[in-house]
Amino acid sequence: MRAKHLIPIVYILFLMLPIYWLIAMSVKTTNEILAGFTLFPQDFTMDNYVKIFTDPTWYWGYINSIIYVSLNTIISILVALPAAYAFSRYRFLGDKQLFFWLLTNRMAPAAVFALPFFQLYSAVGLFDTHLAVALAHTLFNVPLAVWILEGFMRGVPKELDETAYVDGYSFPHFFGKIFLPNIASGVGVAAFFCFMFSWVELLLAKTLTAVEAKPIAATMTRTASSAGYELGLLAAAGTLTIIPGAIVIYFVRNYIAKGFALGRV
Amino acid sequence: MIELQNITKRVGQFTHIKPTTLTLKAGHFNVLLGETGAGKTSLIKLIAGLDPLAGGTIRFDGEDVTRLGTQKRRISLVHQFFVNYPHMSVFENIASPLRVAGMPESEIQGRVEEAADILQLRPMLGRRPSELSGGQQQRTALARAIAKDSRAVLLDEPLANLDYKLREELREQLPELFKGRGAVVVYATSEPEEALLLGGETALMQDGQVVQFGPTADIYRQPATLSAAQVFSDPPINVGDVVKAGDTVRMGAATWTLTGAAAGLADGPYSVAIRPHHVLPVAEEGATVPLEGEVIVTELSGSETSAHFRMATGDWVSLAPGVHPYKVGEAHRFYMDPTHCYFFAPDGQMVA
Repeated sequence: MRAKHLIPIVYILFLMLPIYWLIAMSVKTTNEILAGFTLFPQDFTMDNYVKIFTDPTWYWGYINSIIYVSLNTIISILVALPAAYAFSRYRFLGDKQLFFWLLTNRMAPAAVFALPFFQLYSAVGLFDTHLAVALAHTLFNVPLAVWILEGFMRGVPKELDETAYVDGYSFPHFFGKIFLPNIASGVGVAAFFCFMFSWVELLLAKTLTAVEAKPIAATMTRTASSAGYELGLLAAAGTLTIIPGAIVIYFVRNYIAKGFALGRV
Repeated sequence: MIELQNITKRVGQFTHIKPTTLTLKAGHFNVLLGETGAGKTSLIKLIAGLDPLAGGTIRFDGEDVTRLGTQKRRISLVHQFFVNYPHMSVFENIASPLRVAGMPESEIQGRVEEAADILQLRPMLGRRPSELSGGQQQRTALARAIAKDSRAVLLDEPLANLDYKLREELREQLPELFKGRGAVVVYATSEPEEALLLGGETALMQDGQVVQFGPTADIYRQPATLSAAQVFSDPPINVGDVVKAGDTVRMGAATWTLTGAAAGLADGPYSVAIRPHHVLPVAEEGATVPLEGEVIVTELSGSETSAHFRMATGDWVSLAPGVHPYKVGEAHRFYMDPTHCYFFAPDGQMVA
């Protein structure tokens, strides 16, 4: 009985350890962190958080990230919805090949696209804007969103569309009033994955921005000062980057299970 | 009145509906009877405008609707599967077409309640479709169809997925539901019995084609072709090859003397078809022609006994009231009533 409980407890502790360590570091002073091994903060401080919330170069990192991540999620879902509808409802020449090609976009590492994006965006004046990062991330997120949404849409019988047309719904009216509510969980799951990818993606975000749209992750990598790294501050910033993801996961956790059941997550 | 003129449906190389011309009238049921894959659903979708026509025209009360979108055709459709809007209450489901049409709220309320009363859905109005039984879900779909002012009500095997008892119950209600509404009611089914119970007119469909159309009872009694007779019979009609010479007919070992219209036929080969309930296990008034066969399958369904038996000329079925103790594998002498035989020429046309 005891051993049975012990295994998951040990496992969860093992999983939580890095997160705990991050949070513990964020409330220590840099000196304490560098001084040696302490399991609990000896000299509890909120200075690191205060600094992040008061220094514009820090909190603007968060705001920038949230802006382009939200922008990206909205664009990805808006573009993916009609595409997924077409894939789930119509047979057309090369539909399967197109679907596969869409997914292959995800197979290339982001780094491959960094240079062309940088060059292109510099040329058209998009460099260092939120839109630049948001658009670059759609390259990866649109295929993923199409794939997830297509699975959910396929689960809605075509007869539902037909019934709505017979009832007099125009296509846009049907799509908004009947179809979307029925795939709401799919939209939630797709939005979640778009959000998460865009939130954790660093390379493109860093390459395509300089000052105006600098993301938090980039801010964090540029904290080396003459006094060395401010480890406490970095840990506090790291802790704060976990929070948006945790909140989103909390809201979509049940839908994700449904996505797994459909084989699309 | 719905007039279909030479309507055709093709998907790629395949012709799903061969050129079909039909006039479906209001005031009675228009039954599309055919086996699965005969084209009933395809035809219904063409009338609804859900699938593109490859050719032909469709008129509703004289108005050409061939190019009119489904939304504007003012029709109702009930699918074989229970299709309702899962995220709406039963009330909203029934009200949905009325709301789209922009009907005032007070009238919607009245209409929905009226439809719900007819279909005994009053206590369920606040629930979601997923909380209802299959029969209630289908009644919701039917309520949506009758709440709306439709020019055509298309019912695509609406009872096929219900259990036996519910099916009987709803089937009795159906003619009442659409009485006096002025809509053309089209009802697709694969069960001949259902067509007979609903009456009206029937279009027999086979391989994407209407093989015969007319008042249901007439087609049942007078199938125009052998295939029409086969479609409109359950259990399947018995078919045998015969040779007529003078006033006698020979089918394998059995012979009988012709009377009536068949006696006037030219000598030669024909196909005869006779419904299973005119082939009996005992000689009776009328059932006089003996057929020697070996019993291969028997089924007792309540008050009737059916027996499949093998003759040298082919397998036939007998369906007789009452309980008849057959033994599988045993030879048995059946008797058929020759006055109920249909005669078909070798090209399949009925001749007598």
